[in-house]
Amino acid sequence: MSQNGPMNPQRPETAAAFVPANGWAIELEKINRRFGDVHANKDIDLKIARGTIHGIVGENGAGKSTLMSILYGFYTADSGTIRVNGTPQAITDSRHALKLGIGMVHQHFMLVDNFTVLENIVLGAEDSGLIKPSLDRARKELNRLEQEYDLEVNPDAIIEDISVGQQQRVEILKALYRGAETLILDEPTGVLTPKEADDLFRVLETLRKQGKTVILITHKLREIMAITDSVSIMRQGQMVATLKTAETNPEQIAELMVGRRVLLRVDKKPATPGKTLLEVQNLVVADDMGVTRVKDVSFAVRAGEIVGIAGVSGNGQSELLESISGMRDQKSGHVLVKGEPLSLDGDDGAARARQAGLAHVPEDRQRMGLVTNFAEWENAILGYQDTPAYGAGPFLDIAAAKKAAADHIKLFDVRPANINLKSSLFSGGNQQKIVLAREMEQDPDVLVIGQPTRGVDIGAIEFIHNEIIKMRDEGKAILLVSVELDEIRSLADRILVMFDGVIVGEADPATATEGELGLMMAGINSKAAPRGLGIAEQGPLP
Amino acid sequence: MSARRPIPRWADIALLPAINLILAFLVSGLVVLLVGENPFHAIQVIIYGAFGYGDGFGYTLYYATNFIFTGLAVAVAAHAGLFNIGGDGQAYVAGLGAIVVALALDQTHWLLAMPLAIIAAGAVGGFWAFIPGYLQAKRGSHVVITTIMFNFIAAALMVYMVNRVLKPATTMAPESATIAVPGRVPQLRQFFSFFGYSPVNLSIVIAIAALIGVYFLVWRTKFGYAMRVLGANPTASRYAGISNSKMIMITMTISGALAGMVAINEVMGVQNRLVLDFVAGAGFVGIAVALMGRNHPIGILLASLLFGALYQGGQELQFVIPGITREMIVVIQALVILFTGAMEGLFRPTLERAFMLYTPEHKTEAVAVSTAKTES
Repeated sequence: MSQNGPMNPQRPETAAAFVPANGWAIELEKINRRFGDVHANKDIDLKIARGTIHGIVGENGAGKSTLMSILYGFYTADSGTIRVNGTPQAITDSRHALKLGIGMVHQHFMLVDNFTVLENIVLGAEDSGLIKPSLDRARKELNRLEQEYDLEVNPDAIIEDISVGQQQRVEILKALYRGAETLILDEPTGVLTPKEADDLFRVLETLRKQGKTVILITHKLREIMAITDSVSIMRQGQMVATLKTAETNPEQIAELMVGRRVLLRVDKKPATPGKTLLEVQNLVVADDMGVTRVKDVSFAVRAGEIVGIAGVSGNGQSELLESISGMRDQKSGHVLVKGEPLSLDGDDGAARARQAGLAHVPEDRQRMGLVTNFAEWENAILGYQDTPAYGAGPFLDIAAAKKAAADHIKLFDVRPANINLKSSLFSGGNQQKIVLAREMEQDPDVLVIGQPTRGVDIGAIEFIHNEIIKMRDEGKAILLVSVELDEIRSLADRILVMFDGVIVGEADPATATEGELGLMMAGINSKAAPRGLGIAEQGPLP
Repeated sequence: MSARRPIPRWADIALLPAINLILAFLVSGLVVLLVGENPFHAIQVIIYGAFGYGDGFGYTLYYATNFIFTGLAVAVAAHAGLFNIGGDGQAYVAGLGAIVVALALDQTHWLLAMPLAIIAAGAVGGFWAFIPGYLQAKRGSHVVITTIMFNFIAAALMVYMVNRVLKPATTMAPESATIAVPGRVPQLRQFFSFFGYSPVNLSIVIAIAALIGVYFLVWRTKFGYAMRVLGANPTASRYAGISNSKMIMITMTISGALAGMVAINEVMGVQNRLVLDFVAGAGFVGIAVALMGRNHPIGILLASLLFGALYQGGQELQFVIPGITREMIVVIQALVILFTGAMEGLFRPTLERAFMLYTPEHKTEAVAVSTAKTES
């Protein structure tokens, strides 16, 4: 795939002398940026050849986002030179970056939900005080762009009515409309279904064909291997290597990212399930709008096994998790922990679930699992604030909480190891470790985990997976909900597939193929799985 | 965005408010100049009036006492993510609790009457805030709407209570019977003649105790922890097994009880009877005090002193310089609120840039960046 583009990969050792056929689109030299004590970018050198797709990988907190923010004018570098098309530039803000032809598609879209596609594209780039001429001009230009780049969207659709994949196209069109020659995409596939991700990669290839330069920030090695021409690896604020994708392999990239050998596969012994610890009986749950999202679901999780719930996001998994953990009232049905039914009504059901020995690592750690503007130590007791361990009677034993926080940080290798740091300043992986440490260290009998590694880097994923396996081997019952099929397949001892609020099937991870699971996830329970071309249907992890 | 660095903590908590305050006074000075008076003279009068002599300082402390209570009321609710703007009504209604206890026990001793009156005023004020809390927790009516509506209900209720229930048949004025001397809260001037005839009384000790109490409640108890979780992230509090509805009701009750302490100061310490409108807008000043004091007891103490000084200094100003009317004082107070509260962040970016340029270790880098900019 990497042979498609007009590309001449650079080699780090000869980079100074070497100039690719189409010249450099972007050259960064000795970029430095500090945030207080954190040296987020250390002497970064990076050259990106025009008309290529260049991947940037690194763990969370490695400095990828900072570097791209500097390029996009969101931050200013403390020192260093940026050359765009060979000319040195001091990019002062994102408007300036756009003028230089650098556009960015953020991980979280910057769209106005109740505006049309066309209005969103024009927003901020209007020609005059009157909106009509801008819209007319934009419509014409949009038509041209759509044809040139094969990016179909209905210009009159309202943003909230179109799919996430379509919204992303709008973001790309927005950048192109503003004349972007270099497009930065920050974790673009994090929110997409496998099919949408395939479509996105097709679009990126068209862009490359048309001579645009694409910078792809991702932590999914599979994407790097599938689409990029060259890849730069960052670690702890430094650029450790720039490689030609065709000449490397996932293991090498992972090793460079983490700085040591990484096991991409989870090592685990066969499960030895004991007695049933968590039982869900005929559970029916509605969402906030009153729509029934979990429809008569029953299953059991036994001691010493991991049951994985697979499914495309939005098929009732969130409501299932929230109901089991006491955050959401069930319409009917029961949740039994160690044979005892949980009373989950009222708005403090989560406290009773915890008392019964059920710990919950929520899907969305920033919205639920953490209070992001609390100090780390304050989050180390969240949910357990009323236990005697953190203070007698009404008083909070701050020393005990801080000690627990310090222990968690040590056991789970949270970085930076600072219990007084505001939780929002930790990277995604470290935030997840804070939540996991808190829940696992309470020694629960049942652990309910949603999306354990969403937005978490490779090194931390390995760690988190091993911790989950360790809990299993200690005889805990673990319910794992994830939209990452690879994760479910490598961790779970049994897979339940959820579709439209119903468990549509059960599979053995050892024998089920990705195609079979994929069909079940789409609501088609069949053994015959056709194989597509896209990367979503590729076999197991490299 | 251009190059910035976080400013040091001392600048954040001291320098920035000071700059804002100075700016508020500068603009106020311009206003004073516009009406044809000398702003330097005016500020001199304000400062002397508020701090320069015992009587004046006493009055400043008396006003500050009220503002501490109402400021704390707003702050406690704010920590739980609730905006209680009904402090005025809660304090007003709490007067009922204070006067009933005070009149019943005014032949005994203030040491007996005061604690009981504190409980009664707190209970009534708390109840007045509990209702909006209940309505938000159980019915989803927003406290911002309900508390302000309860201010009006309180005003109407108190007119009725004072005129029809509390007013002795022997008086014409709309006020309750007078509390006998043994039941009155002692004045500070009884111990320190320095305070002259000013009405500052032992309620200020209660106010200081409340400041310390709120600090402990918010930062040292499990309840305060739960309150702050709720305020920062209601979804996380639900995840943590905290009953959001219970927390809202209890927090509002505490908030209302704090506002109710104004009644102790006014009814038992100053007026010695329940008069109409004795709160005189202290509930609303409390919002500004909490805003400026960043919901922290120390900040609230300082902001209360500032507003107390503005109130007292303002009275003095209007007395000494007839050209400056009462309305002008309100304008000056409004400017202080505007600059220290609403436009608190106005100078932050400039200050951040200034600190980057003038801290030596960053100077060279900063210069390099700005030269690079001019070159392009």
